[in-house]
Amino acid sequence: MIPLIQKEVVENKKWMDAREFIDMLAMAQSAPGVIAINTAIFIGYKMKGLKGSLVTTLGSALPSFIIILAVAMVFTNFRDNVVVEKIFRGIRPAVVALIAAPLYKMARSAGVTWKTVFIPILAVLLIWLAGVSPIWIVLAAIAGGIIYGALHARNLSKSI
Amino acid sequence: MEAEIYIQLFLSFFKIGLFGFGGGYAIISLIQHEIEVHGWMTQSEFTDIIAISQMTPGPIGINSATYVGYTASGTVLGSIVATFAIVLPSFLIMLTLVRFFFALQGNKYLEWAFLGLRPAVIGLIGAAAILLMNRDNFIDYKSFIIFLLAFLLSFTGKFHPILLILMAGVAGFVIY
Repeated sequence: MIPLIQKEVVENKKWMDAREFIDMLAMAQSAPGVIAINTAIFIGYKMKGLKGSLVTTLGSALPSFIIILAVAMVFTNFRDNVVVEKIFRGIRPAVVALIAAPLYKMARSAGVTWKTVFIPILAVLLIWLAGVSPIWIVLAAIAGGIIYGALHARNLSKSI
Repeated sequence: MEAEIYIQLFLSFFKIGLFGFGGGYAIISLIQHEIEVHGWMTQSEFTDIIAISQMTPGPIGINSATYVGYTASGTVLGSIVATFAIVLPSFLIMLTLVRFFFALQGNKYLEWAFLGLRPAVIGLIGAAAILLMNRDNFIDYKSFIIFLLAFLLSFTGKFHPILLILMAGVAGFVIY
């Protein structure tokens, strides 16, 4: 969805330049929540303040909402259909593969090294085997990162 | 109580919107947990939503909220509540970030927080994948063959997710 937004906002409408868009995208990606929605909120706010962001949020969420609502209404009736069930028996393992396949590349680009690989592994084990809520993992990761950063900074200043 | 389901949907999806760092696949893990805790749907039903999300244009977070909101409550209002609830934290956070953008740029605490967050998000996605490898989704050896083929084809990066899902759907129709 991001390339589409970029084309519309930067090239077609010229609401912001490419550099501005990239800075904004960095912010939208580091904030929690749906990235496309975060992007829409930012662009709307920049153009027309609070009202603008309300409009862009609604505009970017509405098509998904309508499509999925229609699917939910129809699909719940067809789910037990023999043909639909056969098709989804094939699709389900493929969906799991689609989630698992990019993990290695994502880990590389997230800067995961042999020193830090224990963090995702620990997160997986806690969620998978101990049933820990991912929210606790997120909070622990933030706290852990800040504690590590603070200790590291102190060591750095000592060595200087 | 009638109103209870709406309150639960609101709180669950508000939490998902508030703590769902990393977008897309990372959010799956949080939604999965809420669905499991509240017993809103089976894991295979949730897998179907992810498949439908891949084939329709919108973001997975919005799609899941709309779908779960409808099926959990049986009403359109449930859809609206869940979708509104997942967007609301984004709204509050982005509007704050916009105002303090320059003050926050290069803020050391934010940078440190992401030292932990970035690798943890990989773990969230890994956990989501492992939890979906269950008996509902992997019913026999044929499921594992489809998984392996889809994994390899996806790993090469040459196949669009929609194409892979369609191929798996055709395979499912033929072999089951």
